[in-house]
Amino acid sequence: MNSTGLLLSILPNVVFTLLLLAGIGLFAFNLRKIIRNIRLGRDLNRSDNPGERWKIMTLVALGQTKMMVRPIAGILHIFVYVGFVVINIEVLEIIIDGVFGTHRVFAPFLGSFYKVLIATFEVFAALVLIGVFAFYVRRNIIKIKRFVQKDLDGFPRFDANMILFVEVLLMSAFLTMNAADQVLSSRGADHYISYGNYPVSGLLTGLFSGWSDGALIVYERFMWWFHIIGILAFLNYLPYSKHFHILMAFPNVWYSNLNPKGQFKNMDAVTREVKLMLDPSAPVPEADGPVKFGARDVQDLSWKNLMDAYTCTECGRCSSECPANMTGKLLSPRSIMMKTRDRLEEVGKNIDANKGTFVDDGKSLLHNYISAEELWACTTCNACVQACPVNIDPLDIIVNLRQQLVMEESAPPASLATMFGNIENNGAPWQFSPADRLNWKDE
Amino acid sequence: MELKVKTYAEYMAQGEVPEILFWVGCAGSFDDRAKKVTKAVAKILQAAQVKFAVLGTEESCTGDPAKRAGNEFLFQMQAMQNIMVLNGYEVKKIVTACPHCFNTLKNEYPQLGGNYEVVHHSQLIESLLKEGRLTVSGGSFKGKKITFHDPCYLGRANDVYEAPREVLAKLDAELVEMKRCRTKGLCCGAGGAQMFKEAEPGNKEVNIERSEEALATSANIIAVGCPFCSTMMTDGVKHAEKEAEVSVLDIAEMIAHAADL
Repeated sequence: MNSTGLLLSILPNVVFTLLLLAGIGLFAFNLRKIIRNIRLGRDLNRSDNPGERWKIMTLVALGQTKMMVRPIAGILHIFVYVGFVVINIEVLEIIIDGVFGTHRVFAPFLGSFYKVLIATFEVFAALVLIGVFAFYVRRNIIKIKRFVQKDLDGFPRFDANMILFVEVLLMSAFLTMNAADQVLSSRGADHYISYGNYPVSGLLTGLFSGWSDGALIVYERFMWWFHIIGILAFLNYLPYSKHFHILMAFPNVWYSNLNPKGQFKNMDAVTREVKLMLDPSAPVPEADGPVKFGARDVQDLSWKNLMDAYTCTECGRCSSECPANMTGKLLSPRSIMMKTRDRLEEVGKNIDANKGTFVDDGKSLLHNYISAEELWACTTCNACVQACPVNIDPLDIIVNLRQQLVMEESAPPASLATMFGNIENNGAPWQFSPADRLNWKDE
Repeated sequence: MELKVKTYAEYMAQGEVPEILFWVGCAGSFDDRAKKVTKAVAKILQAAQVKFAVLGTEESCTGDPAKRAGNEFLFQMQAMQNIMVLNGYEVKKIVTACPHCFNTLKNEYPQLGGNYEVVHHSQLIESLLKEGRLTVSGGSFKGKKITFHDPCYLGRANDVYEAPREVLAKLDAELVEMKRCRTKGLCCGAGGAQMFKEAEPGNKEVNIERSEEALATSANIIAVGCPFCSTMMTDGVKHAEKEAEVSVLDIAEMIAHAADL
């Protein structure tokens, strides 16, 4: 073989390797930006008790226990989730084949087990198709309330259907590729050795029986390339999509709040001030820098609040269990998460455009994205927190923004201002005299 | 029975240490409906010969509604003043009939220096029944249908779901669950300081939604474990014009009744 011939023969491998590196490189670049954005949040220690954290991650993220609270969606989701994880073993083979120019490199090593493996992939690919089809029907034909609510208008609804569409394409490519492969191997074509069992694509060989060897090879190769390029493209779509949850779910659940849900953080900065108020001579550590109470913008939230925002896949289980949302109030916990992510993305782009520092754009999460009306509709009942399959905490964001409204902007609803006044003056939220506290005993 | 209620100060003056502090709470002290629950709890404690004290005029709001509404200053002011009183008396154990006080005292006071064993009255009543310090005859509730409404700050907030149900099971009545119960329980609409304000514009009041669900079980009694839930559910039942057939009762009231107190 002359040098041109050699070059031509390894050209596909070179192209493949370059595409692979570019795809992974671009993803890493965007991932770093997201990690930087998450780190814009305030400090919070969520690394204590690692044993408990691994346990909760295994159960809730890996084991999908909270998904199964709603069994239909839960089972369909497990089809797609397990299918995705299992088929990624196949992707590993595709990558090795692509880089080194081999064809089904695992086959000789795994022998008959390879057949079992391929059969398993195919079954899961079919289950993914069933799951995705059902998801499409639930969203677009049955129109389940949480999928047609206003907070999904625009890109979020397009995004959801886009993900389903891509999954159909990828699975179809995988299955028809195998079908073409079988027709070729049954004809004894070069390189195309029979691997036996193809429980799903075996049903599709009829589609290709009239094709010439050449056309089949082109189809098989095309689908092979389509599959892997599709996966790389999808990988790079993730950072812009709700589908990012497939990666974020795991760390997000690991960093879950392990305290009782009713326990709201006590603000240390306030403790300092209150101690001084009660005893002006008390030895109290100095605050480092000016103290802001509550959150006005995403940088005032904790990094975990921001990680929550990137993890949210907009399923809407939170909003469907929210007493305010179900009675027609403006509040939607899902929308709180989506707006937090939108604002964080905007802040991130601002930082990119201004050489690494944020330049005030006259906007903030509070008011420009999330209104006081939404915040005041919350009953702090924790239904949203309980409902989230990946332990996102919209309530913590709501309370942080309320703190800003009350302590920095002095803008609580008038009736709450009255309630505060009563507590301050009478030690009760109503206007009763503290001297009457024990009257019940003689009534 | 004649109610004998002593304050912590009175116990201390007699050189005695009470077994437990009964934290009455603002609703329990001032709200006419909740005061009846307070008396029922006191009667139960007395009948079970639990040496309990109240703080009386030394008690003040835990700060819960201020905290949920975002007023951390006011919350911590209240908390620290209450902790001074509680620690001054060296209080070890607290029982309260208000899940909001329960949650705040149990979860948010420790970080500010207030460490106590805090129980909800349903938990205390459950253990009194188990230990045999309290006995009830379910007679008066025989044939009744009861549904329990989970308070958010007892249930989801603190994972206490079974104690109130165990207590109700002693009443010889039929216990039915609403569709949304335990972890999926629907809020009555009062939490997060909503009790003290008008609701935001919407198409329904939360308490109406919840009361309708409770009424749909065709229960005769909607059992509650929180003074705010009690108000909200009572209003909801009135809204549905069912107050003649369906009553909203706190667990303590039912137990006091069943124990003939």
